Order: sequence, then C-alpha cells, then structure tokens
Amino acid sequence: MNNIRNFSIIAHIDHGKSTLADRLIMKTGLCDSRTFKDQMLDNMDIERERGITIKSQVVSLPYTAKDGNDYVLNLIDTPGHVDFSYEVSRSLASCEGVLLLIDAAQGVQAQTLANLYLALEHDLEIIPVINKIDLPAVDIEHVLGQIETDLGLDPDTHLKCSAKEGVGIDEILEAVVERIPAPEGDPDSTLAALIFDAHYDAYRGTIISCRVFEGVIKAGDTIRFMFNDSVYKVEEVGFFRLTREKRDQLSAGEVGYIIAGVKTVSSVSIGDTITLNDHPHDKPLPGFREAKPVVFASIYPIASDDYEELAEAVEKYKLNDAAFIYEKDSSVALGQGFRCGFLGLLHLDIVQERLEREYNLSIILSVPSVRYRFTLKDGDVVYVDNPVHYPGPMATERSEEPFIRASMMMPDRYLGVVMNLCIEKRGVNSNIHYPGTGRVELTYEMPLSEVIFDFYDRFKSVTQGYGSFDYDIIDYRESKLVLLDILVNGEKVDALSQIVHKDRARARGVLACDRLKDEIPKQMYKIAIQGAIGGEIISRSTISAYRKDVTAKCYGGDITRKRKLLEKQKKGKQRMKMVGSVSIPQSAFLAVLKSDKDS
Amino acid sequence: MIENDQGLPGLYIHIPFCRSKCGYCDFYSTTDTGYIDSFIECLLLEMDSYEFEFREFDTIYLGGGTPSLLASGQIEALLEKARNSFRIIPGAEITIEVNPADTDRDDLEKIYAMGINRINIGVQSFDEAELSFLGRRHDSRQAMNTLDSARLAGFDNIGLDLIYGLPYQTIDGWKRSLEKALAFGPEHLSCYELELKPDTPIGLRYEKGEFGRRTEEVQHDFFIKTSEHIRDAGYVHYEISNFASGMDRASRHNRKYWDHTPYLGLGPSAHSFKGACRWWNKGSVNDYILDLKKGRRPVADSEDLGENELASETLFLGLRMKKGIDIKAYRSSYGIDLMETMGLVIRGWEQKGLIEIRGGIIIPTPAGMAVADAMAAI
Repeated sequence: MNNIRNFSIIAHIDHGKSTLADRLIMKTGLCDSRTFKDQMLDNMDIERERGITIKSQVVSLPYTAKDGNDYVLNLIDTPGHVDFSYEVSRSLASCEGVLLLIDAAQGVQAQTLANLYLALEHDLEIIPVINKIDLPAVDIEHVLGQIETDLGLDPDTHLKCSAKEGVGIDEILEAVVERIPAPEGDPDSTLAALIFDAHYDAYRGTIISCRVFEGVIKAGDTIRFMFNDSVYKVEEVGFFRLTREKRDQLSAGEVGYIIAGVKTVSSVSIGDTITLNDHPHDKPLPGFREAKPVVFASIYPIASDDYEELAEAVEKYKLNDAAFIYEKDSSVALGQGFRCGFLGLLHLDIVQERLEREYNLSIILSVPSVRYRFTLKDGDVVYVDNPVHYPGPMATERSEEPFIRASMMMPDRYLGVVMNLCIEKRGVNSNIHYPGTGRVELTYEMPLSEVIFDFYDRFKSVTQGYGSFDYDIIDYRESKLVLLDILVNGEKVDALSQIVHKDRARARGVLACDRLKDEIPKQMYKIAIQGAIGGEIISRSTISAYRKDVTAKCYGGDITRKRKLLEKQKKGKQRMKMVGSVSIPQSAFLAVLKSDKDS
Repeated sequence: MIENDQGLPGLYIHIPFCRSKCGYCDFYSTTDTGYIDSFIECLLLEMDSYEFEFREFDTIYLGGGTPSLLASGQIEALLEKARNSFRIIPGAEITIEVNPADTDRDDLEKIYAMGINRINIGVQSFDEAELSFLGRRHDSRQAMNTLDSARLAGFDNIGLDLIYGLPYQTIDGWKRSLEKALAFGPEHLSCYELELKPDTPIGLRYEKGEFGRRTEEVQHDFFIKTSEHIRDAGYVHYEISNFASGMDRASRHNRKYWDHTPYLGLGPSAHSFKGACRWWNKGSVNDYILDLKKGRRPVADSEDLGENELASETLFLGLRMKKGIDIKAYRSSYGIDLMETMGLVIRGWEQKGLIEIRGGIIIPTPAGMAVADAMAAI
C-alpha cells in the first residue's frame, strides 16, 4: 500500500489538465506517442469539443521513482461543472492529493479557486503546478503571489511545467510520490469500496470504478451495494491501464474496476459502498448522496416519424447515464415524446447533444421545469414537473416549490453583486462567513426554479468567473404559483408553458414573448405570440412576415449558387418543429427562460 | 436523369469587356480592351470544341460585359462561326445587349442587317442624377436616341433594362422613369431592383453608411407598384424582373435558364447546361485565352444534378415565373407530389394570396413573386 498514490488533476478550464494527463501517461511508458490518441482521458467527442470532462475515468500509471521503488500512481479524472459536482466530490474522496494546475499566463482563475475549495473539503494534499511556462511573457512571480494570497497556499511548494513541451514532468511524478500520502486502510478488514464512476460496456455490462478503502475484493466474491441493497457476484477485477487489465484482486488503497454482471449503469449509485455480502462492513463510507434529477423537460423528435428511433436511443442512452430518467409523454403541439429528468441544465444540454450526435436524431426539448408540489382541495398531494399537469387554482389548496441552499465562495470584492443577484432570484436567509483573507463564503436559500435556469451563468458573469457555486435541496416551501401559457398564432403550445411564481408571471410572460420574437425566424405570415395566465393575455409580440425576399436576377450563372443557398437554409430549418403553420426552432424552447441580462 | 425535351438549346456568348464598370454590377468583366482580338479568336475555338455536343440552337444571346463594344465585323464573325458550326434554326431569336453610350444608328443598322432581331438596351434610368449614381457612361438623351434609332433601324423586338429602388428614389419618381420607357412602346422590359452587393462600388458606399437599406415594406411596395403599373400598360409580368408585351415577346433565350432547357455558354464565367449536367468556365479572360490557346476547354468546374437538385431548382425557379409549377409534371419528373408533401404549406400560401392554383399549376401572384426566395426555402 505504501507504493500506491491516488491523485487527481484539478484546474480551471483550458489550463492544460488533459495535456498534462497525457504527458504523465506517456512519461510513465504506458504508451508511446505513436499509439497515443490525443487527450485519451477525455474520450468522448463532446468532452473534447466543450473542453469539459463529463464522466470521470481512471488510469493506473506504473512508475519507478528516483528512490528506486516501483509505484502505482492512480490518476483519477474529474468532471468540471456544477451539475456534476457530486461526481467530482466522489472522485476526490478517492484521492489523497491533487495537482492544482494553474496557467502561467492566466494565473489563478475562477475554477482554480472553486476546485481548490473542493479539494480542501476533502483534506487533500495540494501541489500547485504552474503550467505553460513555455509561453512568452508569462509572469511567474505574479502567479506565485496569487498562490499565496488568493489560494492561501505556500508558494514554495509549487512546481513548474510545460505539459505541451514535456518540461517538468519528472518533477511532478516525483512530487506525487514524495508529497502525496500513501493511502491508509486495512486489507484484513471487512470490504469497503467507494463507487465513484460507472459506465456501460456493450460486452461486459456495467464497469464500476471504485476505490477500495478497507479489505480486499476478488473474482468470485459475492458483493452487496450498501445503499441499493443489491447483491452481485464479482466476475472480474483489475486496473485501468489504457485498456482494462485483469488482476487477481483489488486491495485496500487500490483503485480499479469491478465487473459483476450489473446489467445497467442505473443499477449503480455513484457514492455507494461495496461490501461483501457475507461479511459486511459495519457502515457505509461517508458522503453518499442519491443523484436525483431536479430539472425536467420533454423530448420530442422533430419529425414525428422518428419517435420509434428516439425511443430506442433514449433506452440505450439510459444504460450509460444513471442520473437520467425518462417516461413516455405526449404533447398536443409536439406529439409523442418522453418526459425526462436531469441533474441540471448542462446535463440536459449534454443529453440532448449526445442523443442528436450519437443516435443521429433531431429533437426538440420543451421548456424545462422543476418539480412542484400541490396540495389539492380534496387533500391529495401531487408532484408536478410538467406544466401540462398543473392542477389549476380552483383545485389547489396549497402550492409549494423546492428550495435549495446555495453555497457560494468568492473573493470578497464580489459580495455585493452576488447578494444583489441572489435577492433578485428570491433568495432569503443569507449567511456570510469569512474562511480566510479576501475570501468569503455566502449561503442563501433560494427557489430551485430561479437557480437552475440562468443563475449559474449570471453568477459566473458577475464574479467574472472567480466564484464557485454548489447547492443542496433543502425543502419545499409555500409559493404562489400560476401557469403561464404561450400562444403562437392563437394556438397554445403546451411545450412552451411554464409554472411560475405569481409575482414574476407578468415579467416572465413579457420576457418569453420577447425571446420568442428573437428566436422564431420570420415566416411567410405574421406571427402573433402571446403570454396568457388563465385565459387572460398578459403579454404579446409580433413577428412580421416576409414582404420582399427574392433576388432580382437569376440567369445561367446564378442558379447553382442559389440552389446551394436554399439547400443550406433548408438544412437550418430541419432543426425546427412545425407547430400548426409556424416553424419553431429548437433554441426557442430554452430561450424563453433566459433573462435579458445573459450575454 | 431528366432529359428536357420541350425546347431546342440556346447559345450564350459572353463578351467580358466594358469601357468602365458600373457601380452596381458584380458580373465578371474587364476594362482591359487590349485583349479583344485574341479573345474573339478564342471564342471561335471554343465554339469549335462544342460542334459535336450541340447541333442546333433556336436562340443566340450576346451578353456581357458590353457586347456593343465589339466592332461590327467582330460580331459578324461570331455569328458566322455560329452558323457554320451549328444549325441556327430559321426564326431563331438572336439578341444583343447594347449600351446607349457607344451605339449609334449606323451600328444598329449593321447589327440588324446581320440577322440580329432582338435588342436589349441598358437604359437603367431616364434621370441624370440616377444615371450618374449608377456610374453609367450615357445620359438620358443618348438612351432615347438609341431607342429611336433601334426602331428606325428596323428592330421590332426591343427590350430595355431599368433599375429601381435607388437610395432617395420615390415611387412617384420611379413611375416617371417607367412612363418614359413605356412611351417608346418596347416589346420587353426588365426592371431590376437595385441590390447592394458587396464588392461593388455602390455596395461599398452602402457599407460606409452613405445611405441605408430600404425596409422590406418599402421594397415590397416598389415591387408591387412596378408590377401593377406595367401590367396596366398591357404587359405580362412573366418573371420577377421581366415584362413582355405578349408571351411571344418574352425572352425565349432567358426562359431556357429557368426550365432546364439545355444551353451552351461561351466566354469567361459562362455557364452551360445539358442533360443533368451544369458546367462553367473560368472567370478570367487571361485563363480563358491561355486554356483555349493550349487546346483545352476553359472549364472551371461542373456539377451533375441529381433528381433532388433538379426538383429543388424547378421549385424555386417556378416560383419566380408566371408560368408557375405544373404539379402533375413535377410529380412525373421527380416522383414528388407537392400537394402531398407540402400541401398544408401550399394551401397556406394560397390563402395569403401568394399563389393561385389554376388547372393544376401553382402560379405565384406578384406578392408571391416578391417572396419567392422565402417560399422556396420552406
């Protein structure tokens, strides 16, 4: 166990996390540059394009240190967005230390801080690493100053590297061995292994990534997931090298995979504890939280004929995404589809993009909603996450919406603007705490509906990216709720309806009409957009019709060019859904939620 | 493959020379007239090279550029070569574009004597300020003289080009120009809305903010009033920008572009179409001459049109013409029943007065022609 190090790299976006990971992999000889696929850890297209890691992964690096001993360095990659902050926390819980990577040119940035705060929560050894020292005109002294004052770390502990040029990599590997503590734990104890990731393999079923804290696990063991209370027989255990590498056992302190005939990823809960069925550990490892969808939206195929394909795609997609839930749904305006639950708006975005890209579908999402609670006059309590099922004011005794406690960490100069933002978002019961010089921790209780839609973007913008944000759902609170309907050319489009706070209804209605006016392209006829509450029109906007749109000349040389232009325009329109006689683009359904203050 | 069987091919000859570039024009042309002689030689070579692919034509169109820059001997040589290389059927429509700035009665008589029976005069406007804004070399008096001379020279098929929608032009001002044009009793009128194209002098002036773009509503108004005014004078509005005193005077040549009739285009940047293939020449006079002197065709590129492409072109071109789209013919050519695939949309157009459906043909109204591109993009 003394020869194991479990660590993660944390960094602001684009500070070079993936490049450094690649360097470490190459340096330890796991593969050479010829067989090396760029940025192997982020192996999904979307991750590479967005520069964020969605699913964490592990790689075990064999390393012979200068002390002459052989080590196994387990590099655990983490996702980088608040929608996945729980997954990040489970990955970090599996580590003893982190490399905190800082871009030499950009210095300490928002997520540098946010990630540092997370690492501190887990009591991890932190090694600051200044990357990109090959860039011209970098001010290392300035970055060192930031490490001391902004991060509160000892600047003498820093390392320098250029991941791109392969400079300073040896020093990093040595520091990982020397400074990050070896894991502790007792192989002779009862088994306790933390699940921090799971993904689906078409041949082997679910591949579980775990960190063994106590005991030993091997093929043939009968294991129990302590929270899910399900029992499986272990088929195979091993390490993650570039591919899976089978081992006889995983022992306390080690990180690896388990294959145990688990059919779907949904049967596994991230953060759950694996123990032996016969000799269970006395209690689960701490920090477990059930990943519950908090944002709901319906997905429809743009072409109604594609429903069967969508059904198949959603089912397959679900195999690899435990946090995603779905059930059948149908809309008057958009036809048959699925009501789905997501961890947040980014998660929703990712699901949409993956369904479109990996399954080649064109889909429309309805306006996202949180799950509201209504107590009816007859005493029944119903949860409503789809505005279509809004019970109506006459039948409702009491309406409630979910509240969260938001924890925000930021340099203190942003406190004022963030408090204003929170108040605007109906925040109450604030609490301010100063954990160190220049840093402030602010908590607020806010309606989830206000937070999920555009809070995070605005928070990032007002703190210029220097704030970190996380939230927990706390309870349901009474709230005056009404249903805001949107009518397009007099026809109600149910997928654009929202349940909103009564005091905000008018403003939301105006906003929605304005947004739709911007999003829905001009068409052959005038389009009237109206916002309505209970039949009363509260807002309206009009999109004027095309009146003159034709080129004057179209002779021999113009025809090909013109046809190609039309083909391009038509392609753009494939991402629109015909609602009555109006084509509504995909983007319109999300846009109604975004406030004007977004950029 | 769709082989068009409804008409004989047309021959287009592009003369890419201009004395000066007009402010609105983004057609390919050069003011370097020193190349004209070698260019004409090359045109003859290019014609030769198509002897076996095209056998007969029932239209010839000399366009540009400024074909009237050529000496009458040069024009004659081109026509003679065409007559030797191909069969030009009796009664063929033979058109030349002329610029009032460099065409006198004598020229016009010579042109008429060669068998050119249709003349298209680039008048553009009868207002001196507008002519200077457009960068034309002639004034309104010259334009009127050319029109009179053409008639006296014997032409009974005269067309003229006008441009409208100039900055600060009012509809009344435009109608006055139109009245002057109609007073000559031309057989054909092309009225083009001024387009602010990038890389033209006028486009650049617009980008610099010298004047603004007209609202769609104003553009619509100009278009509809133009159509009404000319139709009231007894003309047929047979294509977005084209009017004829009767369908027998509608440009036989230009209509070939719009219904997939084959055509051969000679000269730099000219396009040709045959079978389901469209190809086009290189744009520069230099490359054009070099290629032909080396014995190769100066073709820049080509495309084979599949059924989808042909169908899409038929749709957007049909919406530009009074002739419209024959639903049955469309179905038999492309296997697409428009009323089945987009019946709701088409009925919507009909309700809004953008099209009429008569005798199984979708016919755009003037209001529909004004938005033909938007309709075609559905």
